[in-house]
Formats: sequence, structure tokens, C-alpha cells
Amino acid sequence: MNPRRTLATAGRVLAQVRHDPRTVGLLVIVPSLLIGLVAWIFDDTEVFSQIGPAMLALFPFIVMFLVASITTLRERRTGTLERLLSMPLGKGDFILGYTLAFGLLAIVQSALAVGFATWVCGLTIDGSLWLLLAVALVDAVLGTTLGLLASAFANTEFQVVQFMPALVFPQILLGGIFLPRDQLPQVLRVISDWLPLSHAIDALNAVARDTHDAPWVGGQLLIIAGFAVGSIVVGSVTLRRRTP
Amino acid sequence: MQTSDAAIVTDRLRVRRGRRDVIRGVSLSIPRGQVVGLLGPSGCGKTTLMRSVVGTQRIASGTVTVLGRPAGSTALRRRVGYVSQAPSVYDDLTVRGNLAYFRRVLAAPAADVDRVIEATDLGEHARDLVAHLSGGQRSRVSLAAALLGSPELLVLDEPTVGLDPLLRVELWDMFSSLAAAGTSLLVSSHVMDEASRCERLLLMRDGDVLADATPADLYAQTGTDNAEDAFLALIRHSPRHSASGNGATSENGERR
Repeated sequence: MNPRRTLATAGRVLAQVRHDPRTVGLLVIVPSLLIGLVAWIFDDTEVFSQIGPAMLALFPFIVMFLVASITTLRERRTGTLERLLSMPLGKGDFILGYTLAFGLLAIVQSALAVGFATWVCGLTIDGSLWLLLAVALVDAVLGTTLGLLASAFANTEFQVVQFMPALVFPQILLGGIFLPRDQLPQVLRVISDWLPLSHAIDALNAVARDTHDAPWVGGQLLIIAGFAVGSIVVGSVTLRRRTP
Repeated sequence: MQTSDAAIVTDRLRVRRGRRDVIRGVSLSIPRGQVVGLLGPSGCGKTTLMRSVVGTQRIASGTVTVLGRPAGSTALRRRVGYVSQAPSVYDDLTVRGNLAYFRRVLAAPAADVDRVIEATDLGEHARDLVAHLSGGQRSRVSLAAALLGSPELLVLDEPTVGLDPLLRVELWDMFSSLAAAGTSLLVSSHVMDEASRCERLLLMRDGDVLADATPADLYAQTGTDNAEDAFLALIRHSPRHSASGNGATSENGERR
């Protein structure tokens, strides 16, 4: 691996995104719009203040998963990945370059979503807003890395979209949005402990209600980051220089 | 084996795809500093042979040695330039954007971008998005990327398909002058009339190399005066194909 090539790759991905305003719109605006919609639906109830923090984990995660998985799949299919791997580019340079580029986009996206949820939709955050932003960011990076990993196991755009329900929906269902995790049946609760999105939602709830201190939230962040690093490692193993 | 002065040496190279042998034990030695034409019908294994040389093809057995090293080894990645059949460039970057990125990956000199843009006659399109270019222009961008860093071996998979005849002549002139300056080139084509531009010809059919000779030797050997007729004569005399009496049964699809 080589920092110059990693940065060159990140810069190239950002340049591609810049030429595609629709993707930028999708990335940056859609999560805020959806959070606004949820706030509006539950306008006269207390529900938004309960599930609002979880929404901050959900939408950036899903959007990043989709965009990252499809762009890398396209790279495999158009032959540019084969070209790069016949050049002196390391597999780690490739994956880290993508993670870096989408991580930067995730910062913009999460900042906008957090700002919109608190100042426009009136979500009350008892804890630190910075900590909330940090959790949302790590969560969006997790979506990016899982998307990169999913693209390794898909041959077509159809398949990669099918990975959404397979990899993402169970995490949403078990993450504590529909039913708090401590009320889940024992087996499901244990499973949910092993899903990264659960920890993201726990952390966001903890910050929003100021129920835990910063070190505890930091621990949750480490768990999520661990999953992100794990999928980067597995993802770079699945990149093959020689293909059949 | 004369590894030091050979650009590419293959020894009993076999490649399987599914249950089928797509390269059936090919042994050859390709000298340095020449334009070597790889000719044959679609599906005969040209692309697979080229990918084996570049080191992106998983092979079943045998060896491929490129510039004295095993194909695909790290040291070769800067010394071998490869153009795949379908242009492998980013549609959503400009011509210059594509080349600037590949240049940084190769750590080639900054002036290389302008040099390869000029060599492939892309000057007036340098600021255009690749998505807005024609098919021929796109394949020139792909070729330009392979010229970055002046690699010692260029592996070009049908680089002249769909190009304007004048540009085709210019590109072949460029290949000749690159070879004169010491670069080795392996260029595939299914256009037999491009054979006359090569210093050496490999004729492939159905995973086998039927001939490996200079055009003059090939024509003399087969009593013909062009690659098309020489190819036909070779197929008729090839034991495997004449014995079966039906050489056209294995016209299977090519990769991509």
C-alpha cells in the first residue's frame, strides 16, 4: 500500500462524483428529506423524539451502502478494476481510497442530517452534538465498507441491490427501532448484539438522551469501527488479480 | 530458453474455462523490440493468451515468463501496458482526468499525460467527459492510458477496431516506431490485412497456435501471399482439424 496511490484513488472517486450531480443530490439531501418525513408523520406524538436518533443511523447507512456497492461493482464490470490491478495499485489502496472518498461525503451528509433533525425537525439532543455527529459518521463509513464488501460477491447490479434486504434489513429490524432490544426474544437479542447497526443505534440513543458517558459511546464507536475495518480486510482479500 | 532476449516465453500454457480448454498447451517465444501480431477468429483464445501475459488470467498449468520474470509479478506491473478489448476507462471523468489518475497510479512523469494525448490524437477532446466520446475515441483513451510510463511491453487487444482508416494507419506507424525504439508489442487483431504491418505473426485457432513466423516465411511456407490465405492453408493442413473433417464445431464465444 502507498499513501500517494490511496489519495489519488480517493481524489479520482470524488472527481467522478462531482461529474454526477444526481448522485451528489442523492447522497447529501435524501437522508435529511426522509428524516423530515418521519418527523412530519409523527408530528403530534412523542414517537419522533424516540426513534429520531435511530433515523440518523439508518439513512446514511443505507444510502452509503447502495452507492458504494454499485460504484465498485461498476468498476469490476467495466474492466477498470482489471486495469488497475495490472498496474502497481495495491488492493488496500483501492478499498481505502474508496472508503476515504465516501467517508468525506459521509461527513457532509451526516452533518446535514444531524443539523436538519435538530434545528428544523426539533429533535432534542441532551448529549453532545459533536458526539452525535461522530456516531453518524462512523455509521456512514460502516455502510460504505459493507457496500464495498457486498460488491465483491455480486456479479450484476441486480444482485447487489438484493444484498440490501439480505444484509441491511435484518439489522434494521433487530436494531431496536421497532422494539427496544432488551425486549426482544432472548435468541434475537443475542443476534442483535452481533450486528453493527445495533451498536450505532444504541450509541445515538445514548447521546440523544445523555444516558451514558462519552467513554461508553466511544466503546460503541470502536465496535462499529471494528466491523468497518473487518469488512475492508475481507473486501481486499476478495479482490483478485487473477480471474478465471 | 532464451529468456533474456525474449519479451514473452510461454511453456505448455494451459487455461481452462469451465470444462473447456481455451488455451491448449501453448509454447512460444516472442522476441523483444518487435511488433508481433496475434491473429485469429473471435473466440480462438487471443484475449485469454493476452490476459495470461499480463497476469490477470488464472492459468491451469504451464508457465508464462515476461521480460525475464513470471507474468503478473509486482516488478512487471510498471513495465507492461495492457489495453483490453472493451475500453477500460472511467466514463464520468474527462480524458485528461482519466490519464492523470492512471499516471499517478503508475508514478509516471507528469509530462506523460500530454505526450500520450498527442500520440493518440486526442488533443481536442482532452477536456471532454469520456461518456461523450465515440467508441473509437474511447478506445484511444484506453490506449493512451497504456502508453503512460513508456512500458517495455505493450499488450494491445484489438486496439484498432472501429477506427478511422487514416487513424489506423497512424497507430500502426506509431507501433512500428515504438518497436524501433525498443518497445515490444503484442497486438491482436481479427483483421487479416493488418498482418502486413507486423514483423512476426502468431496465428491462433481454437486454443492452439497454428503458426509462429515472419509474414514472409509464413507466405513462403504456405505458398500464399496474404495472411487470410495462409491461415486457410494452415487450417486445411492442421491434423486435428482435417481429421475431424469439421473444423468449425468449436467456434465458441469469446470473453466479454
